Amino acid sequence: MSVGTALPHDAAGLHVTGQARYIDDLPVPSGTLHLAFGVSAIARGSLSGIDLAAVRAAPGVVLVLTAQDLPFANDVSPSAHDEPLLATADVHYVGQPIFAVVADSHLAARKAAQLARIDYAEAPAILSIDQALMANSRFEDGPRIYQKGDPAAAMAAAAHVIAGSIEIGGQEHFYLEGQVALALPQEGGDMVVHASTQHPTEIQHKVAEALGVPMNAVRVEVRRMGGGFGGKESQGNALAVACAVAARATGRPCKMRYDRDDDMIITGKRHDFRISYSVGVDTEGRILGIDFVHLARCGWSLDLSLPVCDRAMLHADNAYFLPAVRIESHRLRTNTQSATAFRGFGGPQGMLGIERVLDHIAHVVGRDPLAVRRLNFYDAPGDEAGASGGSILAKKKPQTTPYHMEVEDFILHGLVAELEASSGYAKRRAEVSAWNADNPVLKRGLALTPVKFGISFTLTWLNQAGALVHVYQDGSIHLNHGGTEMGQGLFQKVAQVAAAGFGVEVGRVKITATDTGKVPNTSATAASSGSDLNGMAVQAAVSELRGRLAAFIAARHQTDASAVRFAGGRVVVAGADYAFEQVVALAYQARVSLSATGFYRTPKIVWDRIKGEGRPFFYFAYGAAVTEVVIDTLTGENRILRADLLHDCGDSLNPALDIGQIEGAYVQGVGWLTTEELVWDDKGRLTTHAPSTYKIPACSDRPGVFNVALWAGANREDTVYRSKAVGEPPLMLGISALMALSDAVAACGDGTIYPALDAPATPERLLWAIKRQRGVA
Amino acid sequence: MADIAFLLNGTPVRIADQPATRTLLDWLRENRGLTGTKEGCNEGDCGACTVMVTDEAGSRALNACILLLPQLTGKAVRTVEGIRGPDGTLHPVQQAMIDHHGSQCGFCTPGFIVAMATAHLNGATDHDTQLAGNLCRCTGYAPIIRAAEAAKAAPVPPWMMIDQHNLAASPIFRSQIPSGGAGGGKPPASAAHHPQSLEDLAAFYLENPDATLIAGATDIGLWVTKGLRGLPKPTFLGGIADLKTITETDQEIRVGAGASIAALRDAMTGPHPDFATMLSRFGSEQVRNAATIGGNIANGSPIGDGPPALIALGARLHLRQGAARRAMALEDFFLAYRKQDRRPGEFVEAVSIPHLGPSGPPDRLRCYKLSKRFDQDISAVCGCFNITVNEGRVTAARIAFGGMAGTPKRAAAVEAALIGKGWTERSVMAARAVLAQDFQPLSDMRGSAAYRLEVAGNLLIRYFVESLGLPTRVQQVLP
Repeated sequence: MSVGTALPHDAAGLHVTGQARYIDDLPVPSGTLHLAFGVSAIARGSLSGIDLAAVRAAPGVVLVLTAQDLPFANDVSPSAHDEPLLATADVHYVGQPIFAVVADSHLAARKAAQLARIDYAEAPAILSIDQALMANSRFEDGPRIYQKGDPAAAMAAAAHVIAGSIEIGGQEHFYLEGQVALALPQEGGDMVVHASTQHPTEIQHKVAEALGVPMNAVRVEVRRMGGGFGGKESQGNALAVACAVAARATGRPCKMRYDRDDDMIITGKRHDFRISYSVGVDTEGRILGIDFVHLARCGWSLDLSLPVCDRAMLHADNAYFLPAVRIESHRLRTNTQSATAFRGFGGPQGMLGIERVLDHIAHVVGRDPLAVRRLNFYDAPGDEAGASGGSILAKKKPQTTPYHMEVEDFILHGLVAELEASSGYAKRRAEVSAWNADNPVLKRGLALTPVKFGISFTLTWLNQAGALVHVYQDGSIHLNHGGTEMGQGLFQKVAQVAAAGFGVEVGRVKITATDTGKVPNTSATAASSGSDLNGMAVQAAVSELRGRLAAFIAARHQTDASAVRFAGGRVVVAGADYAFEQVVALAYQARVSLSATGFYRTPKIVWDRIKGEGRPFFYFAYGAAVTEVVIDTLTGENRILRADLLHDCGDSLNPALDIGQIEGAYVQGVGWLTTEELVWDDKGRLTTHAPSTYKIPACSDRPGVFNVALWAGANREDTVYRSKAVGEPPLMLGISALMALSDAVAACGDGTIYPALDAPATPERLLWAIKRQRGVA
Repeated sequence: MADIAFLLNGTPVRIADQPATRTLLDWLRENRGLTGTKEGCNEGDCGACTVMVTDEAGSRALNACILLLPQLTGKAVRTVEGIRGPDGTLHPVQQAMIDHHGSQCGFCTPGFIVAMATAHLNGATDHDTQLAGNLCRCTGYAPIIRAAEAAKAAPVPPWMMIDQHNLAASPIFRSQIPSGGAGGGKPPASAAHHPQSLEDLAAFYLENPDATLIAGATDIGLWVTKGLRGLPKPTFLGGIADLKTITETDQEIRVGAGASIAALRDAMTGPHPDFATMLSRFGSEQVRNAATIGGNIANGSPIGDGPPALIALGARLHLRQGAARRAMALEDFFLAYRKQDRRPGEFVEAVSIPHLGPSGPPDRLRCYKLSKRFDQDISAVCGCFNITVNEGRVTAARIAFGGMAGTPKRAAAVEAALIGKGWTERSVMAARAVLAQDFQPLSDMRGSAAYRLEVAGNLLIRYFVESLGLPTRVQQVLP
């Protein structure tokens, strides 16, 4: 069967030959125009004068658009209608689009955009978390608070109360294909848009608003993205809307792509956070009560910051039972890029907060961090309350999360035990200690951290998906669904599901571009949900079609549809054995409909985000990682020597694609916590706006030894072939690298000072942490 | 307008309608419809636009986004579309990338394929070094390296070798190269010039001191793609064979200004292996193949990695203005931030490194490049140390840093504090303490002033510890 097979990515052959088409590669009609934005040079202020005469007069310029030229909605926000496409009276960050140049080439548009003379009345910018707190500059009326039990009382009774805080930097997506869109005007004012987006329906919605037309007048198509990582969930709206408005105004096709520097300056990134904590533990390190404060820098507009910050709160427990807990989350508004979705969507920051706490506890109680982590794990489901032989009723009730959801599927006891053994953790812990005793300059560090990540959109109604499947009269299958392909292999996985349903080879299934004209009202391909939602929707459509074929062919053989078998490209019924295409041809001639839609909505989830109560997640995905590092105590330089990852994908739909997601996510997570440093100057200008200054991992940054394995075990919930979502969870395996660096830093001291390493742990941050250990800071 | 002829995927092309600042990438994508070559960053830092360029010196990977069309005169370009065989047969690296799941979103993949195929053609199996200039955001690189490893033993497909053969067989390209040198009327300011000898260049530049000299364009390319600037009198130096030579005498190793960083690295492998090791982290393979040591010196960057090592080696710089030549200690060339001792119409002809000789003293040069990312990053601090110890005493010391001042600069006070002292921890620590007399570094996105000062001093300690034979570099630790 195709499901569970390690097939390559559906476009691998096109990728390696350069034939895979991205939007900027599409042949365009002659006369296509190109756009570039002119952007704000200041972080906060009002526009006192805009002189665009030189822009209009520049070679190749056809049109210049400002906010006054927009006929309908001037808004590209995915949430609060607070994000004008082009600035009106005020500007809110360095890089905010103020006008759009439409010219006969990309280069002409970029050059012309430099020629504007813009006068500003500058106001003091709010850039940092501290400045935002001082100014009470925030979204929502005040902090969101989740609470369970009485943490203050628990801490008062604790053997140790430990407090600290961690700075967690943001992260640039650095999808290799920058933001790009192409709008093709149609007859009667309709618009077709090709956009590099994870959310075609949102593009359709915003383009329709901007053109003053109903959504049915706009069709959005996306075959693939050159990477997304959350950065193309809402950040592509501006380009698509600008192109559509310009195409309407000129009657000509319009294309826009950001130059890399523009992309990094204009678009949002991962939220940076400060997480402070106060935790009460017993003498062994068991958490009794804990209090978190999350301070998130959200940037200038709301975008997706509320669900991002919610998800950070929802992962403040990670794998650990917190008997009494309070989480206070501040969503701070600053004059910087509007922080947005990024793989993990707040989860990584929340999870790093509690992992830091566990590491800190282990230091205080003087135990191996793994022992302290394990001590605080949620109970495994079905742990017997009493002795053996108890009835089902005697089983302990599952423990609950800080948001009162029962953890029914906790597999980390077994998973971590397996990883501990396969990685040789205990032996290597001893080797690291011995090595460190002998080496004054270089120090090694080792850490194991777990991941428990909640799967489902926390905005419950987004958990739906549709599919459209046609079977043509020659037996070939056309597959379409609402998910988008950004490299994760969704299309291949879903094609495997479709092929399995019909009992045919995957090669018979044509994978087609996501198209709002085929499947409407789609959710973003986000929250790791792509294969869970769209796989089920496709399975529903395929079941419907297979049912029709089975009923038809069974009737010809005077038998029941349940007696028909689809396998190996054959259809077997009542002793007869047909080729699949024979049955299809017969059904066509018998006037059986060979097209069907499928629909899926995730069951069981009910959630109140204001109270912080309910079941936001259908299930959890798990994993764990062991990372070993070496640091140079003279310079802070460091390297990952080895990483061992064990990750839970349920019954994998495609182990090769899943392992690819895990490896890639780990390295991306490590990048976030080590070399990827975003730096803004005191004027709010991003100074790391190109790969020359912003350093994502390169080839040699991957671990020297890199062992990746899948945990064997089905999803206990009824997902597509009992698989689990994989896109985001393994990113957080990278937390083990930061903890390993912290462990190596700790080896520089006498054990009295906790390293309290902030992220990203650049060589500079490491060097200062080492100096603190040595008492010479 | 440039008049350019080269081979594109085996087919001769001639271009007469493009400005001299047109990049190969834009031309491939917009004029030829060859969209397999991607734009990832437009500044030579991601490798998505990697193409293979062949000339008489061999085949190498280059970044098409900062490669100006006139640089290709007389060469052969192979894009990802030309890596497959003419009958559609996949190249071994293409098949291996499919088999090992080396592509996810696929956008970086064409650049990887060309870089891998070029390395494969050249028999290079140091994959991390060969591919440091290709960024991938999806895979975490492991499957790509598995693919490179799996393909390395496969024979080179015949179509990968025809460029060199065709170039040799087509002298027509040589005859089509416009000389563009002195004389011959007054070309427009935007016309490309292609001096073919040092004499040509010296005469032309003396008359046209406002010309823009372009060697590898790894810096000037960004003036075009990011600065959106025009280049007055663009003058391409790639045709001057004499500028690229590296010659060795008993007294010195003389490196022509047009020698690529890759060629310099190869030349340093024997006499100064630690310099060669550092040069393996200079930019990326694509950048090292294009960038020249002359450009690295002449642009006066305070963070170029070539000058500190060369200064520590006591290198001399050779300048030429018309027929006049002069030489100076390299450190004397750098006057202030981006201000060099270079006269109008004067250009860098060569840099010479004193030869230790087979019976000379052992090489003591150590080069320490510190950056946020190990590979393909610009140094926060680059410290190069060349300290001679005789019978326990320091008898000579040349120490130079990049990233610590407005120019590459010697640590004069530290050197003075060391010379004549015993080579001991105590004297090293005492010398370290005077570093602040030599440098008052700045803070920027690569590191704070405090970090730079602290770590620069620590590099002296590293040199001392290394001289005791202790491991000090994270790269030396095995998993």
